[in-house]
Amino acid sequence: MISIFLRRIVSLIVTLLVVSLLIFTVMNLLPGNPAAIMLGTSATPETLAALRTQMGLDEPLVVRYLAWLAGVLQGDLGQSYTYGVPVAGLIVERLAVTLPLALMAIVMSVAIAVPLGVAAARRHNGLFDYLAGAFSYVSIAVPAFWVGLLLIIAFSTKLGWMPAGGFPGWNAGLWAGLAALLMPAIALALPQAGVLTRVARSAVLDVMGEDFVRTARAKGLSDGAAVWRHALPNALIPVVTMIGLQFTFLIAGAVLVENVFNLPGLGRLALQALSQRDIIVMQDVVLFFSALVIVMNFLVDLAYLVIDPRLRVAT
Amino acid sequence: MGGIFRRPVLLIGLVVTLALVGVALLSLVWTPSLPSKMNIVQRLKPPLGPGGLFGTDQFGRDVASMLMVGAWNSLSTSFLAVAIGATVGSAVGVIVAMRRGWLELIVMRGCDIIFAVPPILSAMMLGAFLGSGRFTAIIAIAVFMVPVFARLTLAGAKQIWARDYVTAAVGIGRSKAKITLVHILPNISNQIIVQVTIQLGLAILTEAGLSFLGLGMPPPAPTWGRMLADSQTFFGQAPWLAILPGMAIAVAVLGLNMLGDGLRDMLDPKTKAG
Repeated sequence: MISIFLRRIVSLIVTLLVVSLLIFTVMNLLPGNPAAIMLGTSATPETLAALRTQMGLDEPLVVRYLAWLAGVLQGDLGQSYTYGVPVAGLIVERLAVTLPLALMAIVMSVAIAVPLGVAAARRHNGLFDYLAGAFSYVSIAVPAFWVGLLLIIAFSTKLGWMPAGGFPGWNAGLWAGLAALLMPAIALALPQAGVLTRVARSAVLDVMGEDFVRTARAKGLSDGAAVWRHALPNALIPVVTMIGLQFTFLIAGAVLVENVFNLPGLGRLALQALSQRDIIVMQDVVLFFSALVIVMNFLVDLAYLVIDPRLRVAT
Repeated sequence: MGGIFRRPVLLIGLVVTLALVGVALLSLVWTPSLPSKMNIVQRLKPPLGPGGLFGTDQFGRDVASMLMVGAWNSLSTSFLAVAIGATVGSAVGVIVAMRRGWLELIVMRGCDIIFAVPPILSAMMLGAFLGSGRFTAIIAIAVFMVPVFARLTLAGAKQIWARDYVTAAVGIGRSKAKITLVHILPNISNQIIVQVTIQLGLAILTEAGLSFLGLGMPPPAPTWGRMLADSQTFFGQAPWLAILPGMAIAVAVLGLNMLGDGLRDMLDPKTKAG
């Protein structure tokens, strides 16, 4: 168990290093000089040279990568050119919006998908099963940011029940913050719920055919109890896996939904950095998002080992 | 193909997809009016009135025509991206299956790494240097597709390499490259076709997202994503501007996903979809 754990950790570190190298290479080897891109065409040669020195662009590539990496490891992600503040602080500030948003979306999607998937599996090939299938098809096909637009039209423009966007900040109170994130989280959760419903349904169907579930029912356990006590816990493994696999799409969705609702989150920060040509912020945000996806997948891997002892055998 | 009428998912998927491709192709030769033609007098006219079937936008442009051209822009961008991703990814997959060993380890890790960067973010990174536009969007989506197809073909090809007739082919001295062309590729082509269909749906969603953020085809070319972005100023007066392009995206993706699932059920009876 411990050796597997150590091996996973080493592989995680190597993956993160390679990702950082990849992002750095893309951002620094593509045609175009970062300093010139940041300053635009009207910059004088003097300001350009000054920025080049400030950004350390005159150093060799390897030195710059190592300097960036060393900084990242110490929590120093560099200075934002447009905001004039450390990028690490910016990311932490924006994370206070993106992280609760993503968590709310995950909780909502599971809360929709698991009961729906279980109910569909229990009425296999019945009317409810078909309705749940139709729900999955439609919600997977619908773009999250469009759901956001529709929610704004219905609940903000027409009914006036909810704010159309913006974020009051957590200082305005927990409830005000959660209320501002409610519609964005629903928009983000819906496509995820479609995917998870399918997974939950087929996982429960698979497990219900297993011997131990039949035994449980033969012992006199009711149909419902057999599902909730025995089938569901086993079916959760594929659901958890899928949450991990879908995390990339959740982040992509968050970038879009944040822009629909004008939420000051990480996705919006990335887009603002792009329009302001703030290369350092972009590089750090992309690294942060990618690291998040990788660590998430790592945690899912670990969760397996905890949930399913059969996987603890070294492979 | 005889059983297509007993496969409603496949049938619906096929009809929707063909209709979509038909509309996209039609837009190349005919649209109700020029999608870029402005007519301020007729601005923000609701659907099914003097503004035409789907109404007009803030410049009085015909929404139906814009949606049609948008179908072509969206489909062609997505198709090119998936074609590049599928070709490169499948080539990588079969070559790795041929060589195995440390190459397999490195390529699989590489797939994990590419997969960790969402296409929206790589499009932003590329956009900073190459400028936003169709080319950037295609590359960003294609890069994300490569690991999908590499994993799929590698897994499929490994199974075929273990078959007796492949062992026999090795035994009579056929080269690995020839075996790959004659035995491996034809046997996994079904899986690749199904995956292309499903990834096309994902590519359309991604392309719409990129256009929505202003990272897709530049104006005045109409795209579904930018139509949605532009609609945000007119929620109160013209909700159809926000509803119709989103429906176009959803119907297109739904059609392709159903076609993909239907094809998988038909071509591979062992797997049951959704």
